[in-house]
Amino acid sequence: MPETPDKPAQPLALDRAERPGWRTWLSSSSATALAALCFVLLIGTLFSGDGAFYKWNTHRDALRQASVYGMLACGMTFVIITAGIDLSVGSVLALVAVAFSILSIHLSWSPWLAIPACLALGATCGAASGAVIARLRIQPFIVTLAMMVFARGLAKTISGGRKVSTAMQLPDGSWTAADVPHVFRAIDSRLLGDNISVVSLIFILCVVISWIILARLRWGRYLYAIGGNEEAARLSGVPVTIMKVLAYSLAGIFSAIAGLCQAAQEQQGDPEAGIGYELTAIAIVVIGGTNLMGGRGGIGLTLLGTLTIGYLDKILSINAVPEASRLMLTGVIIIVAVLLQRRKD
Amino acid sequence: MYTMQAVAVLTQPNAPLLTMTGICKSFGSQEVLRAVDFDLCAGEVHVLAGENGAGKSTLMRILGGALRADAGRTTIGGRQAVLRHPRDAAAHGIAVIHQELSLVGSMSIADNLFLGREPSTAGWLHRAGSLERARELLARVGLRLDPRRTVDSLTISSQQLVEIAKALALDARIIVMDEPTSALSAPEVQHLFARIADLKSAGCGIIYITHRLEEIYTIADRISVLRDGNLVATRRAEDLPAGELVRLMVGRSMSEQAPRHATAQTKVRLRVEHCTVRAARPGLPPIVADVSLQVHRGEILGLVGLEGSGVSELLWTVFGALGKRGSARVEIDGRPTSIHSPRAAIDAGVALVTNDRKRTGLIPGMDIIANTTLASLPRLSPAGWINRAAEARQASDSARRLNLLAASLRQSVSSLSGGNQQKVVLARWMGTQPRIVLLDDPTRGVDVGAKHEIYLLMNQWSEQGRSIVFSSSEWPELLHVSHRIMVMHRGRIAASFEGGRAGPADLLRAAMGATADA
Repeated sequence: MPETPDKPAQPLALDRAERPGWRTWLSSSSATALAALCFVLLIGTLFSGDGAFYKWNTHRDALRQASVYGMLACGMTFVIITAGIDLSVGSVLALVAVAFSILSIHLSWSPWLAIPACLALGATCGAASGAVIARLRIQPFIVTLAMMVFARGLAKTISGGRKVSTAMQLPDGSWTAADVPHVFRAIDSRLLGDNISVVSLIFILCVVISWIILARLRWGRYLYAIGGNEEAARLSGVPVTIMKVLAYSLAGIFSAIAGLCQAAQEQQGDPEAGIGYELTAIAIVVIGGTNLMGGRGGIGLTLLGTLTIGYLDKILSINAVPEASRLMLTGVIIIVAVLLQRRKD
Repeated sequence: MYTMQAVAVLTQPNAPLLTMTGICKSFGSQEVLRAVDFDLCAGEVHVLAGENGAGKSTLMRILGGALRADAGRTTIGGRQAVLRHPRDAAAHGIAVIHQELSLVGSMSIADNLFLGREPSTAGWLHRAGSLERARELLARVGLRLDPRRTVDSLTISSQQLVEIAKALALDARIIVMDEPTSALSAPEVQHLFARIADLKSAGCGIIYITHRLEEIYTIADRISVLRDGNLVATRRAEDLPAGELVRLMVGRSMSEQAPRHATAQTKVRLRVEHCTVRAARPGLPPIVADVSLQVHRGEILGLVGLEGSGVSELLWTVFGALGKRGSARVEIDGRPTSIHSPRAAIDAGVALVTNDRKRTGLIPGMDIIANTTLASLPRLSPAGWINRAAEARQASDSARRLNLLAASLRQSVSSLSGGNQQKVVLARWMGTQPRIVLLDDPTRGVDVGAKHEIYLLMNQWSEQGRSIVFSSSEWPELLHVSHRIMVMHRGRIAASFEGGRAGPADLLRAAMGATADA
């Protein structure tokens, strides 16, 4: 069969490995994702909730509320780039929130021990999923669905099914209130004259780390290669199994970070926390424009997606739109965003 | 409707069941069929022979309604037939049995036999009736199986017979079989041939495509030879001896090809011993059976085989890419080297360009730079941090050497033409500085200019002392480029030739499994 003829191409400008011009950029995924965010912000200026939209505190809160979802979405981005999916992030968040609360409130561990232990717990959950997916070749959807159920069960087991809070039952049956651990207050505080939440800064840090991994490290290149064409990647010497375990471990670690923040903000570890968060995380990644088929996308898109979803929610809430309508609108926006993205693929 | 009329005409012996006249087909500027005439009688097996790319499958796809001819007419049972869609072909009693079977594996045999034409009343399926009819049809192809079994649970050969039963269920009178024996063991082939004999006596006509000489002469009544889209001969099998058949398939004009090089007499670089690749299911002969070969420094070894000969599998095994299915003892520069994965192969200085860049070569979403450096990232990012300047430099160096045409190195590889995509794949392996390069049909689907660049690169590699194992579906180019040629047939080395000592006819004879004097 004859191949498609060459697109008009000139001999390569070999001395410059230059980036494509702004015209190319205009039709890129980042441009679409940015346009979606601007559109949402424009709605904000039109329906500003009696001027609430023009107050920095509104933006600060929008950022803070979106941050936990954003952290989950960072982890999800790695997995989706390898053409996988991770349904367990919400449950891992709850498991870590419970574990962090027990360690910090009940056992009074130092945060220098408790935080690494919690991150390791998240990483272990992810690595377990990744290992089963890569070695036993079971579909990611199934494996992470199982991990979602398992981690939820584990969270309920170690918490005894109750919220782990500062209210502690003594052996004689009476209740006492422990102090809120210092680390909880620190994570839940604001910096720069009350103008930015620590949780938002943690989210930004997650984005930066993810960007480095995806855009600057060999690891990231391998993740894209696996998602784009797994067999070709394997034949080019990419350690496919190890990299898949890595992708799910990263998703686990970012879920754990989200779990730490969740526990600190609620000042308790709720084994029922994070139900349905995996779907929000997937929606964020998809709205950003990272392709569920794998191999394409990036963390910048996920950042834009997080802001879009976060602002949408905030703008609707300052305008006192009831939650029922907000959910329906979010559903519509997901479809519109994906249609816009598909234009170019 | 049509089939009933066809049956009426066909009760006369040797009435032409099918006549195709003046069939032409082009893809773009490439003429694939030039005014081909073909006919099929009731009760005969008509073998369609030709090299890869001679136009056999195109002709059969036109007959099956999957492609439309640019010109020409098809007559079935004396009436002109318009075949715009596979449905039309089925309505005319044509059944095409492909190498890849078209059964739905998760459904039962009976459901497959009547798929799309389920016996029913107002949407309510007649289960008992269809099982009964399915049992009848299975009995006719010599299968005693419960029609409620799923197709997945059957062997390939039983699946093939189910496919034939499906053709019978359609009342097909014209049955096309495209290399039906490629996945069958010898007794299964015998059973298939017996069923073909039954079909013949039932008045069906069978068009049979194969690359195996011994099969042709076992079952053919007539043989037609296609070459470069022309029908060069149609003769009775007894009037066309094997030597003549091969000569017709190759064509005389191409046998005088000048060799380019004498054999390089240097040290052995790659030695492969006892290379064996197991078949995908037990009970079948191995795909590669205990093959040994060696390649010298700077030598280009041509490896030839028709479909299913095991050439690709041999190359994959040497590259460590077949896992536990393939095994071989490999020595590189005299040192035994254990190659159990592609990574190990790359580290040992071996490179593999596969024969399907879309499925096993390129990473579609990534740009030219990332595709080019994928295999050499351990060197370009020793601490895991990619050195982007070095990476861009390597990509642009190899792009310049291969004359890659692209607007920018940051362009996605998906937007490149076939030839330029293949250059990106080659650039990836230039980057790993291989001592041994395995090229599996590297010029497939690339334009003439890119082919030339690939030959130049091979020459360069050869002069630098790198060894090349080169397989190609285009034999003239292989004869032109190789220092030495080995021919594989059904997993074994059937013949080897020094450069310039063989013509295409010699290769084809050996590749089709003819003995030396045939």
